[in-house]
Amino acid sequence: MKARIVITLKPGVLDPQGKAIEGALAGLGFKGVQGVRQGKFIELELDERDPEDAREQIREMCERLLANTVIENYRFELDESAPGDRSQERGESATGAGDEKAVAAQGS
Amino acid sequence: MKAAVIVFPASNCDRDVAVALERVAGIRPRMVWHGESVVPASDLIVLPGGFSYGDYLRCGAMAAHSPIMRDVVAKARAGVPVLGICNGFQILTEAGLLPGVLMRNASLNFICRDVHLRIERNDTLFTHRYEKGAVIRIPIAHHDGNYYADEETLARLEGEGRVVFRYVNERGERAPAANPNGSQNAIAGICDETGRILGLMPHPERLIEPLLGGSDGRPFFEGLAEAGHFLEGLMGGGDGAPQQGSPAGAVDRAARPA
Repeated sequence: MKARIVITLKPGVLDPQGKAIEGALAGLGFKGVQGVRQGKFIELELDERDPEDAREQIREMCERLLANTVIENYRFELDESAPGDRSQERGESATGAGDEKAVAAQGS
Repeated sequence: MKAAVIVFPASNCDRDVAVALERVAGIRPRMVWHGESVVPASDLIVLPGGFSYGDYLRCGAMAAHSPIMRDVVAKARAGVPVLGICNGFQILTEAGLLPGVLMRNASLNFICRDVHLRIERNDTLFTHRYEKGAVIRIPIAHHDGNYYADEETLARLEGEGRVVFRYVNERGERAPAANPNGSQNAIAGICDETGRILGLMPHPERLIEPLLGGSDGRPFFEGLAEAGHFLEGLMGGGDGAPQQGSPAGAVDRAARPA
């Protein structure tokens, strides 16, 4: 199954890169943009079939390597559906490539 | 006195520190590839500067899980002195041997220039040839040297006197302009509870000869030449005696907030 992991800076940890992005957006004329925070997105495939065991494995991966819990939080979602079957994707970040294209098309 | 320098893929100060150890301290270190599983018996282990694993994921994160690091951590917890310079400091924090983390410089720039440091304590293996409070000039060369730890950890570091080097101006005063990377409390280097594990962002190995532009890094390595005597003194009792059953890294790791 597929896992999508999002790693973000903890609240209160300064993010100079986020600040720089915020400044650049303002420079491009986007008004009213605040609180830009940069993070990481990691996608991986697991052989594990049991969702509970998969969650436990991912938690351990995050604690030991993927996130530095001194400064970062992590969250993840599991896609238990068969590869290619997008009908069961849920949540805000479950946009497929087609949707991203649609968004890009709207933006241009 | 035996020393080992661990060489990771994309270490680039491994030879510099080996030359400093040999020329100044008279110790020819063993160069140990990261893929090895055992560090040969050593009185000092050095994690050199560089950009191990291309700084992938986070600086030092991949190197901290290199095969050799299991033995480095075990030996460090058994009391073998470990020195981490620049990327080596980042690796020590990622391995949980020192607390906190080195974040992207506040300016977002890679900074390569000399800075001034104040010696905050000279009762460590690494600084006992400096005067306490002395101001030295040492180069930095990093993109991620912005020291960060939570309030509780910072208070503990300061309370226990574990800040060994601090960024200051020429006159030895703390000033915003003298803090090159935005580090909390202008921290340039810290040690563990026992004073045997040291991490610092500046590169003392780069200023060991007037020909190189200065020699303020020389006493650092002269001090290491006397590591044996110094450690014997510590073992002989007194305030600096290593604490039994208190593996520094384990404590720091456990103190990480979830």
